[in-house]
Amino acid sequence: MEKELRLMKGNEAVAEAAIRAGADGYFGYPITPQSEILEYLMEASPWKTTGMVVLQAESEVAAINMVYGGAACGKKVMTTSSSPGISLKQEGISYIAGSELPCLIVNVVRGGPGLGTIQPSQSDYFQAVKGGGHGDYHLIVLAPASVQEMADFVGLGFDLAFKYRNPVMILSDGAIGQMMEKVWLGPQKERSKTVPEWATTGKPPTRERNIITSLDLDPARQEVFVRKLVAKYDEIREKEVRCEEFQCDDAEYLLVAYGTSARVCQKSVQLGRAGGLKVGLLRPITLFPFPLKQINKLADRVKIILSVEMSAGQMIEDVQLAVNGKVPVYHFGRMGGMIPSPDEVLEHLKSKIIGG
Amino acid sequence: MAEATGIKDIIKPENLAYKRTKIMTDNILHYCPGCGHGTVHRILAEIIEEEGLQSETIAVCPVGCSVFFYHYLDIDCQEAAHGRAPALATAIKRLLPEKFVFTYQGDGDLAAIGTSETIHACNRGENFLIIFINNGIYGMTGGQMAPTTIPGMRSSTSPYGRDVKLMGNPLKMTDIVATLPGTYYVTRQSVHTPANVRRTKKAMRKAVHYQKLNKGTCFVEIVSNCPSGWKMTPVQANKWLEENMLPFYPLGDLKVPEDEAAQKPVNPEKND
Repeated sequence: MEKELRLMKGNEAVAEAAIRAGADGYFGYPITPQSEILEYLMEASPWKTTGMVVLQAESEVAAINMVYGGAACGKKVMTTSSSPGISLKQEGISYIAGSELPCLIVNVVRGGPGLGTIQPSQSDYFQAVKGGGHGDYHLIVLAPASVQEMADFVGLGFDLAFKYRNPVMILSDGAIGQMMEKVWLGPQKERSKTVPEWATTGKPPTRERNIITSLDLDPARQEVFVRKLVAKYDEIREKEVRCEEFQCDDAEYLLVAYGTSARVCQKSVQLGRAGGLKVGLLRPITLFPFPLKQINKLADRVKIILSVEMSAGQMIEDVQLAVNGKVPVYHFGRMGGMIPSPDEVLEHLKSKIIGG
Repeated sequence: MAEATGIKDIIKPENLAYKRTKIMTDNILHYCPGCGHGTVHRILAEIIEEEGLQSETIAVCPVGCSVFFYHYLDIDCQEAAHGRAPALATAIKRLLPEKFVFTYQGDGDLAAIGTSETIHACNRGENFLIIFINNGIYGMTGGQMAPTTIPGMRSSTSPYGRDVKLMGNPLKMTDIVATLPGTYYVTRQSVHTPANVRRTKKAMRKAVHYQKLNKGTCFVEIVSNCPSGWKMTPVQANKWLEENMLPFYPLGDLKVPEDEAAQKPVNPEKND
């Protein structure tokens, strides 16, 4: 199978990309707005073709722990959910991070808190980027802004997860998950036959037994382990920052936005420029690691920075850290499942910030 | 006396009725004196050695007194979050269907926080073995009431005895899973006397054998003691177990396979 152009929902693209990336297992539980992923996989029945295991678990809690079990066997495994379900998975995610297991988690975010709404939101930023579960750990967080990136980040996510033995989250939202766009799908990859040296697959006489655990009652040893994690996160910060600049070269006003908000802001920039306003956009693609240096550098050239999010203001804290007081940083947000329009963002920038 | 005979005179091949299994590591067991965990660990280790399963086995450990199960058996192990062992085992077995996978869980882990994972794994008929140690108490956290604490039984959170009107009834998980179509072999045993240890080993060997048939979940409950949590000597605890636990949790098979595959003798040359 060669590269193929298809018209798909973001959720479907994740499912198809997982099969094509040679994933070994998917464990999920239905929740709106991402149930198409499990539905697509059950219909595609990849266990008949690639041998990929697909299972509808009894709960999100069970699903993430299935991911733990599969990942600990060295397999390429994943789960997907939406905000309330991702909250349920946080315990398992902490154990996965604490056991240094690679896996892929997709959050098709909906508005919260609580049951909230089923409409798109970006209000899980803190949960994804700052921890979510207990303990000192980080996920690598990828923020797709198109159906194409929903597909591409599956393979990228698995690669990063195995490179660093760390869980990777694709932080999407209900808009990217539900909207249809054309998407280039990569060729079918073979499922990996290599078994990582740390995987639990049955102890042969040729090696010591492998134990996958996050437990160490000796605080001195546990501290050594956390320091090892910290070093890993530092390496990730150094090497894995991804972001995209749009019309930033001569910008006086900088928008910072990811995912659906970035799509909206791209149009705001075009509208602003058509009206003579020198606006640019920086789109973080990785939310952890966050493009601190890139934003800090832009802060030397722009007058004002506006963090645009579908939340009450979460990413703005990282933008402020990046800017470090060089220029004023403002927030514009819609909440509860509302998506801002490009005009609305531009109008806010012009009247409330520049004019205000 | 000992000096007179000398230890070398005693350690002769003909006197060695009980040898060490190489599947047990040299780590010193952390369990309290008289606890049943060590006995069950040993039974499992012996069977894994005797059946040549070391390279095929992946164990999933619980949260509870046996959280450090993986220190004691020389096999690949995964440590699960509290109650989630059957979810891990589900994925392991589905991704590595040729392997022998088992979970080792206590009553708090399996019958309280992990009830959902246990029932659903058994109901799907996942092809792994669940070993359920039921001593009616939370040992690791210091002797609190468990879902399996029997009526009237004292614990640190039922200091006047379990009042079922106030605290609810004990849950007979083994009876529940025996009713599910996904289970293949369900049995309840104990290790409080040498005869029961032998019966448990026999049941466990059967369960391991049945597991290889991939015909559903095998479930072995072991009614065990907790001298520290029960505030008794090991001898008193075993007596109390026999007089109080066993009438409530009667020993024996709850579900035996009836199909042809199960009728073949299980390693007849093995003499447990």
